[in-house]
Amino acid sequence: MEFNIHSIVFLIFSVITLGGGLGTVTSRNLIHGAVYLIVSLFGVAGLFILLSAPFLAAIQVLVYIGAIAILIIFAVMLTRSMTRMTEIYNRQWSLSLVVSALLFVLLLVGIILPVWGPGTANAALQPSELVATTVDLGVAFVDGNQFVLPFEVASLLLTAAMIGAIVIARDRD
Amino acid sequence: MNLLNEWAFIGVFVAIAWVFPALPVVLSAFVRPRKPNAIKMQTYECGVETVGDTWVQFKVQYYIYGLVFLVFDVEMVFLFPWALAYNQLNFFAFGAGLVFIFLLTDALIYAWRRNALEWA
Amino acid sequence: MQECIDIFNTFAGCLTASGADPGLAQFLSILLGVVLVAMGPLVIVIFLIWVERKYAARVQDRLGPNRVGPFGLLQTFADALKLITKEDITPAGADKLIYNLAPIISVVSVILIWAVVPISPLHIGADLSIGALYFVAVGSIGTLAIMMAGWSSNNKYALLGAFRVVAQLVSYEVPLVFSLLVPVMFAGTMSMQGIVEAQLGMWFIVFSPLAALIFFISTQAETGRAPFDLIEAESELVAGYNIEYSGMKFGLFFAGEFLHVFTNALIFAILFTGGWLGPFVYQVPALGIIYLFAKGSIFYLLSLHLRNTLPRIRIDQLMSFNWKFLVPVSIANLILVAFLWKVIQLIGLLPGPENASDFLAHLPAAIIMLVGNLALTVVVLQMLRNVGRRAVAANAVSTPANAELDDQPYSLPVPH
Repeated sequence: MEFNIHSIVFLIFSVITLGGGLGTVTSRNLIHGAVYLIVSLFGVAGLFILLSAPFLAAIQVLVYIGAIAILIIFAVMLTRSMTRMTEIYNRQWSLSLVVSALLFVLLLVGIILPVWGPGTANAALQPSELVATTVDLGVAFVDGNQFVLPFEVASLLLTAAMIGAIVIARDRD
Repeated sequence: MNLLNEWAFIGVFVAIAWVFPALPVVLSAFVRPRKPNAIKMQTYECGVETVGDTWVQFKVQYYIYGLVFLVFDVEMVFLFPWALAYNQLNFFAFGAGLVFIFLLTDALIYAWRRNALEWA
Repeated sequence: MQECIDIFNTFAGCLTASGADPGLAQFLSILLGVVLVAMGPLVIVIFLIWVERKYAARVQDRLGPNRVGPFGLLQTFADALKLITKEDITPAGADKLIYNLAPIISVVSVILIWAVVPISPLHIGADLSIGALYFVAVGSIGTLAIMMAGWSSNNKYALLGAFRVVAQLVSYEVPLVFSLLVPVMFAGTMSMQGIVEAQLGMWFIVFSPLAALIFFISTQAETGRAPFDLIEAESELVAGYNIEYSGMKFGLFFAGEFLHVFTNALIFAILFTGGWLGPFVYQVPALGIIYLFAKGSIFYLLSLHLRNTLPRIRIDQLMSFNWKFLVPVSIANLILVAFLWKVIQLIGLLPGPENASDFLAHLPAAIIMLVGNLALTVVVLQMLRNVGRRAVAANAVSTPANAELDDQPYSLPVPH
C-alpha cells in the first residue's frame, strides 16, 4: 500500500469514526453516547471530503450533526435515568446481533468482495475520471429522463415522515 | 488551487482554530485563585437549595420542533442542488421544484392545523 | 519567475523558488493563512465589544466605557485581564469535560465561518465549492455548544434555557436557509467568491429584498439578539444556558456572541450587497477589505440598534412568528423568485456573461424582480392585517366586560 499524506488523513478520520462509534455503544451515560456519536459523524464527514464529495460532507454536518444529533439529545431528555444506565444490553440484544451480522454479510458480499476480493483486477480501483459536481446532481434531479420521479417521491416521503411523527407525538389530543 | 488544497486549509483550520479561544482559559488556570468549598460549588437556584434532579424528563414539544426542523433540513438538502443548477435548467425544472416544495408545504399546513406548532 | 509581492497567495511559490521542499512550502503557506484567518476575528472582537457597549450606552443615554484609554478603547483589555484572574467555578455534579469544552466550541464555531469569508478578490481562507452550505453547517455546531453547556452545568435554569435556545436556533435555521437559497440560485454557485462576483452588475438585495430581510431577521434570531434574546431572558431564566459559567469561560461565550453578530453582518454583506465589490477593487485588491467591512459595519450597527431599541418577545410568539410567518413567507418568496427568474431568463432580459458588469443591462430584470417582491410583501401585509383584525374582533367578543379597558392597553385587571 502506498503511504502518503492522503492515507495518513484517511487513517486519522477512520480512527475518529470508529472510536466515536465504539464510545457510543459502550457509554453508560446516554448524553456522552450522543457526544461520541457526533464525533463519529464528524469522522464520516472527513471521509466524504477525502472522497472528493464536499457536498455530502456538508450535508453530513448539517443534517446529522445539526439536526439528528440535536433530535437524539432531545429524545434522550425525554427518557428517564439517562445518565445512569445500569446495563448496556437490553432485551433486544440478540435480535440486533442477528441484524448487524446480516448487514455485515450483505456489505461483504455486495461491496467488499466484488471490489477487493479475489479475482478483481486492481484496475477497478482506479477512480473514475468523470467528476460529477453538485450542479450535475441538481440537473439530474429535475431531468425528466433521470431522477425527477425519485426527487418528488423523496418530498412525499418527507411529508409522510412529518405527518407520522406529529400523529405519534401528539396522540393525546 | 485545487479542491483538496482548499480542504487541506479547512482541515488545518479545524485543527488549529480551537487553540486561540482555549489559550485564555488555559492561561487563566495558572493565575486564577482556586478555593472551592461545598457551598460555593452548589448550583444556583433562586437563592434556595436546589430541589430534586436537574436532568428530568422534558416536554415533548421540543421534540416535535426538532422533528419538523429535521424534515425541512432534509428538504433543503434536495433544494440546494436544484437552486445551484437552476440557471441552466428549462421551465420544467421550475415545475419540478414547485411540486417538491408544495408537497412539503402540505406537511407544514398539516402541522399547523394539528396545532403541532403551538408552544403549549 | 515568481512574483513575491502578495505574500498571502504566493508564499508557497516564493518558498519553493528559494529552495524549499514544495510539500513543506505548501503546508507552511496553509499554516500562515490559517493562523491569520483564525487570529483576525479574535482581534476584531476586542474592538467589537467596545463598539457594542458604547452604542448601547449612547442609546440608553449613558456614557459607556470612558476611563481606560482614549474613549475607553482599552476597556476590553482591562476586562479580559479581570476575567482571566477571576476564580472559575465548576458546579458540583457538572459534567466536567463537556462543561469546559462548550465555551471553546461556541467560539470555534464562529471562527470557522471566517474560513470562507472573501475579504478581497484575491484573499479568502478557502474558496470552497460549497461555501454557502459550509456557513450553515458550521453554524449548526454552535447550537450543539449551547446544548452541551446547558446540559453539563447541572442547573435547571441552564438546561431549560438551553432547550429553549436550541428550539429557537433550529427553528430559525429554516427561513435562514430558504432565503440563502435565493442568492445561490441567482449566482448558480455556492462558492462565496462566485456569489460576490455574480453581483458585479447588480446587488442581489435589489433582486430580492424580501429574501434579504428574512435572512437578516433569521440571523438576528440565530445570534440571540433582541427582540429574540430569549437566550438570556434575565427575567425568566436568570441567564439561560451560561448561568453557571464564570471567569474566562463566561467571557468566551460573550466574545463568541459578539463575534457571531458581526460575522453574520459580513455574510449578509457578501450574499446580498456584493461583499468586497466597489470602485477600483480589481486594480487595488486591498480596497475590497475596506468595502466589505464598511458594508458589514452598516448591517452590524443596524443589528445593534434593533437590539437596543426593541423589547423581548415571548417564547410562544417567537415560535409562531417563525413557523407561521417567516417560514411560509420565505417559501412563497423562493417560489416567486424562481418563477420570475426563469421568466426573465426565457424572454432574454438577463444580460449574458459579456456584459455581466453592466449596471444598466441588469435594470429591466431588477425592476421586474423588485415589483414581484413588493407585490408579495403587500399581499403578506394584507393577510397579516386581516388576521390581526379578526383577532381583535374575537377578543372584543369574548371579553365584553373588560371592553372599557381596551383604551388602556397596559392596565391590569381591576380587582373586585
